[in-house]
Amino acid sequence: MASNHVKYRIGKSTFFKGLTILLACACVVPLIFILIYILQAGLTKINWHFLTNLPKPVGETGGGIANALLGSMIIILVASVIAIPFGILCGIYLSENKKSKLAYWSRLCVDILQGVPSIVIGIVAYFWLVKPMGGFSALSGSAALAIMMLPIIIRSTEETLKLLPDSLREAGFALGLPFHRVVLKVIVPCGISGILSGVMLSVARIAGETAPLLFTAFGNPYLSFNLLKPMQSLPLLIFNYATSPYNDWHDLAWGASCILLIWVLALNIFTKLMTRKWKVQL
Amino acid sequence: MESSVDTNLATRPNDNLGRVVSLKPEGTVSTTKRIKRSFRQIRAEKVFRRTLIIVALVMVALVLGIMLTLVYESTLSIKSSGIGYLWGKTWDPVRDIFGAYPFILGTLLTSFLALFISIPFSFAVAVFLGEYYPEGWFSNLLKNTVELIAAVPSVIYGFWALAVLVPIVRSFESKIGVEPVGLGIFSSALILAVMIIPYAASLGRSMIHMVPSNLKEAAYSLGATRWEVIRAVIFPYTKSGLFAGVLLSLGRALGETMAVTMVIGNTSLIPKSIFAPGNTMASVIANEFTEADHPVYLSALIELGLVLFLVTVVINMIGKKMVSRFTNE
Amino acid sequence: MESTIVKSVDYNAYFGDNHVVKNVNIDIPRNNVIAVMGPSGCGKTTFLRGINRMHELIPGATAKGQILLNGEDVMEMHPIFVRLKIGMVFQRPNPFPNLSIYDNVIAGYKLNGIKLPKAEKDKIVEHSLTRVALWKEVKDSLTKKGSFLSGGQQQRLCIARAVAMEPEVLLFDEPTSALDPISTSTVEELFHELKKNYTLIIVTHNMQQAARVSDKTAFFYMGELVEYDETKQMFTNPKDTRTQNYITGRFS
Ligand SMILES: Nc1ncnc2c1ncn2[C@@H]1O[C@H](COP(=O)(O)OP(=O)(O)OP(=O)(O)O)[C@@H](O)[C@H]1O
Ligand SMILES: [Mg+2]
Repeated sequence: MASNHVKYRIGKSTFFKGLTILLACACVVPLIFILIYILQAGLTKINWHFLTNLPKPVGETGGGIANALLGSMIIILVASVIAIPFGILCGIYLSENKKSKLAYWSRLCVDILQGVPSIVIGIVAYFWLVKPMGGFSALSGSAALAIMMLPIIIRSTEETLKLLPDSLREAGFALGLPFHRVVLKVIVPCGISGILSGVMLSVARIAGETAPLLFTAFGNPYLSFNLLKPMQSLPLLIFNYATSPYNDWHDLAWGASCILLIWVLALNIFTKLMTRKWKVQL
Repeated sequence: MESSVDTNLATRPNDNLGRVVSLKPEGTVSTTKRIKRSFRQIRAEKVFRRTLIIVALVMVALVLGIMLTLVYESTLSIKSSGIGYLWGKTWDPVRDIFGAYPFILGTLLTSFLALFISIPFSFAVAVFLGEYYPEGWFSNLLKNTVELIAAVPSVIYGFWALAVLVPIVRSFESKIGVEPVGLGIFSSALILAVMIIPYAASLGRSMIHMVPSNLKEAAYSLGATRWEVIRAVIFPYTKSGLFAGVLLSLGRALGETMAVTMVIGNTSLIPKSIFAPGNTMASVIANEFTEADHPVYLSALIELGLVLFLVTVVINMIGKKMVSRFTNE
Repeated sequence: MESTIVKSVDYNAYFGDNHVVKNVNIDIPRNNVIAVMGPSGCGKTTFLRGINRMHELIPGATAKGQILLNGEDVMEMHPIFVRLKIGMVFQRPNPFPNLSIYDNVIAGYKLNGIKLPKAEKDKIVEHSLTRVALWKEVKDSLTKKGSFLSGGQQQRLCIARAVAMEPEVLLFDEPTSALDPISTSTVEELFHELKKNYTLIIVTHNMQQAARVSDKTAFFYMGELVEYDETKQMFTNPKDTRTQNYITGRFS
């Protein structure tokens, strides 16, 4: 009788283990489906012509996504130029002034910002930049994306620098280094792997962001290098063409999705691999 | 620096250990140079400290600014619709009637349905990686793959859902005898469920990792099975952490825009069932923001953004508080 | 004739409200080795860090009184100048993990952005490493990272790093407590060499070490400087009963 009960309990334990394994592995199934589907649908569309040409109007086949590719790069580049220095400096402030009042509020704001839906950032960028400047612009899109990058960069910088031993800073100060040199020449280089991984993850994160660009960069069927004018970007192109009723445009969107997906996943995987290599052995 | 030392390097007296005994240079030229430099450094140091403070202040100002902008730009709508805005059942821009209830309902339906679907999977991953197989190449692979789920852009999820998921849902709907639209709350919830798995999973995993092994061993020593340990020790110990993970997932789901916008069907009517098309707060904003042609309309949309902002912030802050309380214990 | 290089006048140090160093008056003569001893928590480290103004780096830490370096009050000087003249070596070796051995030695110049010709840098590196008796051991691996060295070698590297800046005073906070006996004796030998050019102030828990290396010894108790005298005098004939109790091991 007792042994039956034990057997039942062991059986139950085995059952739940099996269930856990099953469900855990099932999680990755949709991802794999999506990856395979997009690669299948997209890879065949990608060729030199696709990468270097502008989209054709409805009805004409062919055409490419050069404007979106370049636009995405420009928008991300400008966003990075704004967000990376600012984010790293803010992370430094938070790790150097752990207890100050300003650090408390600042940290709280970073936490808040991290949870703000991207569409809301888009609204705000619209009122801060688009309306005053009198029209949609790539710059406003970059600003919105920069705001989205900040929490990731700040958090990873702060967390990385907090883990560095105090003896490192003291070694610097004891040599008569001024504060900024201790930070920039000793502390930041020692935490570079964590900081860079935060930066790259933030870039990966915004590379696929669409919502904040809807009312800022807006999209543009032509090639544009003007930061003050609307600009196309990959996610915008995918959204607009995917929701259009035309098959040619869907094909373009699949190709663009494929490129965006590879881009984002490569950034993520590269970050994982590289941060291990860059890590400074303490 | 040390010019005297340098010139003397060859001729300096050596002691019998072979060490060079140096003579200390007094006030050499470059010592003063060094000091002059230092004056510049002191100034740079001040500038740097001030820059850091300014950056931290700007960070605070940024978030305050976001809040104030949302409030300010939605005052028009708040004034004209009042608090009834939240449960007004009609959204008709043409007649200037703005009630957010259909979208709030749509948001809640999609988010909670998605949460409901995704939680078993998230927890399974958390338990798998936290308890059953914390190490090994397969666990590593699973962990990294699950993290990649969060990396895929939502517009791609949306596109895929549109092309693959919606037809499947449509045929499913025709089988169970509801109107086969495909687009709708149910499809959105499905794709959302996939997207939010990683948040609760990775937080749950790290929480389960933190369960002290002596607690587990105590239970094992009493003859508990693996599952009993998980249910009677690990889950109760980590429940606040697991709940926080669920909250973070929920926060994601509420604010998710693109994937939902693409498959929810976009109608301002109150959804009659979970298979009906609808709209979430985020998807209305995405759809109608650039079309809002008069101030009250725009303001009503921004008020939706404000509500969304407040709800997600509160949910996220509660989640974060729970995590930090858990990790400090 | 010995001249005073460091002198503290009514020096007090606090951590918030915690009064840790109380009214310390001490005269430190040039080219001497001074040992600072006392039971754990009596404020030795705090006093030592007060001398080159490292104390105030800790949030909430404050200090009162004067520390005179060659008659000049360091509390009035900018900390950078103070630290350029008063070097410091810590309890745990802390070479910069991101720099090579070579760069670690000239870290004070390199990180401060002082450009030196290659030849001069080479000389400083060789010279400093020779002075800490490390040159022979590492001259073929100068490009390796400093953290690959053994603990004792790392500590000597840190001393070389401080020496390379040509300070006047070197502060050591329990420099050998993290080292094995052999490394300890190498470092102790160094003190004899270094004292020819520098004034050394060494915090130590090890009475034998104090007796071996120091010319004068200061004994701290509960934040006060209880006794300060020639080392020999102190160990053979202490004046204060608290010192006596400590060196005969009747404390704790
Ligand atoms: N960072 C700090 N913050 C607050 N109080 C401190 C800090 N460091 C030291 N103290 C306090 O100051 C007192 C003196 O500390 P100090 O480190 O100077 O002692 P010590 O003589 O060097 O001891 P030990 O021999 O253990 O190194 C101690 O009682 C300690 O509680
Ligand atoms: Mg100490």
